[in-house]
Amino acid sequence: MSAEGGTTGYIQHHLTNLAVCADSAKIDGVCTGFWTFHLDTLLVSGILGLVVFGLMASLASKATSGVPSGGQNFVEMVVGLVDQQVRDTFHGKSALVTPLAITIFVWVFVMNAMDLIPVDFLPVALQAATGNHEMPFKFVPTTDPNLTFAMSITVFFISLFMGLKVKGFGHFMHEVFAVPFGLKLAPINLLFRIVEEIARPISLSLRLFGNMYAGEMVFILIALLGLYQLPLALPWELFHILIITLQAFVFMMLTIVYMSMAAESH
Amino acid sequence: MNINATLIGQAIWFGLFIWITMKFVWPPLQKAMADRQAQIADGLAAAERGKHEQELAAKRSADALREAKEKSSDFIAQAEKRAQQIIEEAKGTAKVEADKVVSGAKAEIEQEVERAKQQLRERVAELAVAGAEKILRKEINASVHADMLGTLKQDL
Repeated sequence: MSAEGGTTGYIQHHLTNLAVCADSAKIDGVCTGFWTFHLDTLLVSGILGLVVFGLMASLASKATSGVPSGGQNFVEMVVGLVDQQVRDTFHGKSALVTPLAITIFVWVFVMNAMDLIPVDFLPVALQAATGNHEMPFKFVPTTDPNLTFAMSITVFFISLFMGLKVKGFGHFMHEVFAVPFGLKLAPINLLFRIVEEIARPISLSLRLFGNMYAGEMVFILIALLGLYQLPLALPWELFHILIITLQAFVFMMLTIVYMSMAAESH
Repeated sequence: MNINATLIGQAIWFGLFIWITMKFVWPPLQKAMADRQAQIADGLAAAERGKHEQELAAKRSADALREAKEKSSDFIAQAEKRAQQIIEEAKGTAKVEADKVVSGAKAEIEQEVERAKQQLRERVAELAVAGAEKILRKEINASVHADMLGTLKQDL
């Protein structure tokens, strides 16, 4: 517990991102405005992604159709699971959907899994290493809405692109203006469509963010109990294993569903 | 909760990882898995074929066995028949041989009897003559009754 201000300060410190911005954007030494970068989110998610996808790529490059190695077997198991979900839900032909689903599931899972490392462990180690004991550092990138929104907005654009590509511009526009009430009520159809399309990325990103943020919050509160945290942290961690997997799976599954809705006629 | 330029950075990371998965992770794994699936399917088909062939071979061998059994029982029956024939033939020849021996012996016995009769005939004449000579010495002249005795000798 490095921050001053007791409990509130401790919690606030743990919920603050390591932000960098131009000096002109700082107000009282705090970054404001759009052009701020959360260094912790960017670094942790990037490094985790590079490590895990680099590992998967190296295993995949050595993949044989014969007896697979243990690592290849594990990657095939994960990838096969995702591919099965894609096959069950997405009936079109696309070279993008399965890799997209694999990326989401694996990346979200490893980022969520950072939650299982005790809340003070890595920040304190980092503060000791850098010598800056006031430096905030959030180690769970999925508790940053910037990350979840970046993912859901990317998914949104990909599904939009896929809808245009699969249906063609004319058919797509017809669907936007004529479904579900017919061409006479085109403005209402358009409004419905816009609400529907915007609701998707918002619900997708807020679901992941909310779950992980709340989970992290409970971890922080448990960590405040001092010695009593020991019997509480373990069950919550065990329960959290379920949550991190489930949230990764839900994000992946909904992405597949949105892709299939974009590719199929309503 | 403040949205800022981190969004852009995260979108770039996300895009990069999608690209890596799409380019380097998914295609080789998909190929390996599909190949393995094909191999397993081939293996299962081959096993099925092998099983079928084995069934055929078992049927063939059973057929061959049955044929061999039939043939061997035929052979045995033929051999038994032949043996019976040989025995019959042997019996026949033995009978003929025995008959021959018997008839030979009979002929010999007859000859012997004939010869004994001849000898007896010779002797009877002599004995009769000697007896008659002794009886008639006193009263009859041998030369007178020679003709009659000669006739008697012929009749015997």
